[in-house]
Amino acid sequence: MKGRVWKFGDAISTDHIIPGRYFYLRSNLPELAKHIFEYERPGFSERVTPGDVIVAGQNFGQGSSREHAAIVIKMNGIQAVIAKSFARIFYRNCFNNGLPAVICDTERFREGDEIELFLDEGKIIHYPRSETISFVSIPPVMKRILEDGGLVEHVKKYKDLRLDF
Amino acid sequence: MGKTLAEKILGAHVGREVKPGEIVVVKTDLVYAQDGTGPLAARRVQEMGFEKVFNPSKTIFFLDHAAPSPRFELSNDHNFLRGFAEKTGCRISEVGNGISHQVVAENDVRPGDVVIGADSHTCTGGALGAFATGVGSTDAAVAMAIGKIWLRVPETLQVVVTGKLPTGVFGKDIILHLIGKIGASGATYKALEFVGDTIEHLDMAGRMTIANMAVEAGAKVGLFPSDAITRKWLNQMGRLGDFKPLASDSDALYEKTIEINAETLNPTIACPHQVDNTRTIEEIGEVRVDQVYLGTSCNGRLEDLQIAAKILKGKKVHPRTRMIVTPGSRSVYLEALKDGTMQVLIEAGAMALPAGCGACVGLHEGVLGDGEVCLATQPRNFQGRMGSPNSFIYLGSPAVAAATAIEGKIADPRKYL
Ligand code: SF4
Repeated sequence: MKGRVWKFGDAISTDHIIPGRYFYLRSNLPELAKHIFEYERPGFSERVTPGDVIVAGQNFGQGSSREHAAIVIKMNGIQAVIAKSFARIFYRNCFNNGLPAVICDTERFREGDEIELFLDEGKIIHYPRSETISFVSIPPVMKRILEDGGLVEHVKKYKDLRLDF
Repeated sequence: MGKTLAEKILGAHVGREVKPGEIVVVKTDLVYAQDGTGPLAARRVQEMGFEKVFNPSKTIFFLDHAAPSPRFELSNDHNFLRGFAEKTGCRISEVGNGISHQVVAENDVRPGDVVIGADSHTCTGGALGAFATGVGSTDAAVAMAIGKIWLRVPETLQVVVTGKLPTGVFGKDIILHLIGKIGASGATYKALEFVGDTIEHLDMAGRMTIANMAVEAGAKVGLFPSDAITRKWLNQMGRLGDFKPLASDSDALYEKTIEINAETLNPTIACPHQVDNTRTIEEIGEVRVDQVYLGTSCNGRLEDLQIAAKILKGKKVHPRTRMIVTPGSRSVYLEALKDGTMQVLIEAGAMALPAGCGACVGLHEGVLGDGEVCLATQPRNFQGRMGSPNSFIYLGSPAVAAATAIEGKIADPRKYL
């Protein structure tokens, strides 16, 4: 699916994605999702369209373990997050919720660029530059979770973890 | 080939030798969540179709972030968790009991355990020689439901700290210095392991501060050997039976060794809005402070309150500055009352709030307004964490917090010690 790029810098924390002060909305996910990137990118939630992609720099998702950060990204229709690197808890949380987190050099991406992501082939087509960019392949364990539709579905299916690789 | 602590603990839980980079499914010894991540974890357990949890006596929900609850939505979450605990038989740690990481260190974490917590600072348990790591609600829910988690066996970065810590320099300064050096993602996906003669002599409070902040360098765990200090702590907690010695083999393979000479360290501050934006106290210049916050899972222990009281004894908090103290747990609170520490702090003009996360997460009990500056002992300072996105959080040790409270600006504690 094609999508538009929303470009962020380095060190975007879970507090940037969904601030701790909205703690009280965590059992009301649709309401919580409206506050995504509220300070970093005001109006994000109204302007984003399904299939858009978040593209960022180093250590995206650093900070708190709040899975709500990955969930509100997904709820806003973002198809994937692409970054130079991810914080580890956030990275797990993405796949657990069926949101692909892709690692590649993101320098050439600009806000609003149209791109298309081919997860299985490990490549991204960057339309403005007519370029094909390959990314660091997704680890098999993450692929399995994604294929199963997230970790909840995986455990529902096996009543166990079938993730030794 | 020798093994690192991380490899030893994970290997023991898989029942065979493990190597860095491998994905393993391991049994968990303890799993917990807090009131921000717990409701989702409990719902995930239900969604996966489980009516019970795998090991109720080792599954705990902590009501610590919103404690007591400042909003009805959060009171509802608390009640949901109380109901879930009742149905499944798992434990609830009530409002006022304290912060999850402190309470489990006092009561539950054993050297060699695999501990999973739906909170990033679960790594605090590494101070006791446990493979304790933070995850999201779904991973915690799986551990609650089936008693297992998948993990990538991490490479280990060994941190060797040597020499005597100078007066006024603490565990907090060691870890801030390290994070300033390697960066906020300098240990992502890795285990940090702390050794050296400084560490051998560092008390459990100092070790927990360091382990707590391992995640601020991106690490999965911040491990300490289980030794005489661990034994002493477990004995104090009435859990001597949980002690077992544990250390890496001398020929273990590390990805890297980082050396720190403790004798050259100064009180260190993390400046807004990144934990790795560190400066020594000499480099900090004049920073006026509106609020001083002493407490949190990083520095809410008795020793932390005691050092602040030592500095504040007979002095007053600056009229321009508010000082808030939240003990890490009820037992810390009680000890600080019994030995007079709390009285010294209150007499100096500080206010004490219930044991819990307090102001750390911007929810209540000290929310910062536009343009306000806070010097806090907590582990992180991201923009907007404690309230207004236009506020500024500096991080430092409890000693820095106390000196800062006196002067109303970030101050060097060494002149008071
Ligand atoms: S005190 Fe702060 S850092 Fe520690 S667990 Fe609570 S909110 Fe998190």
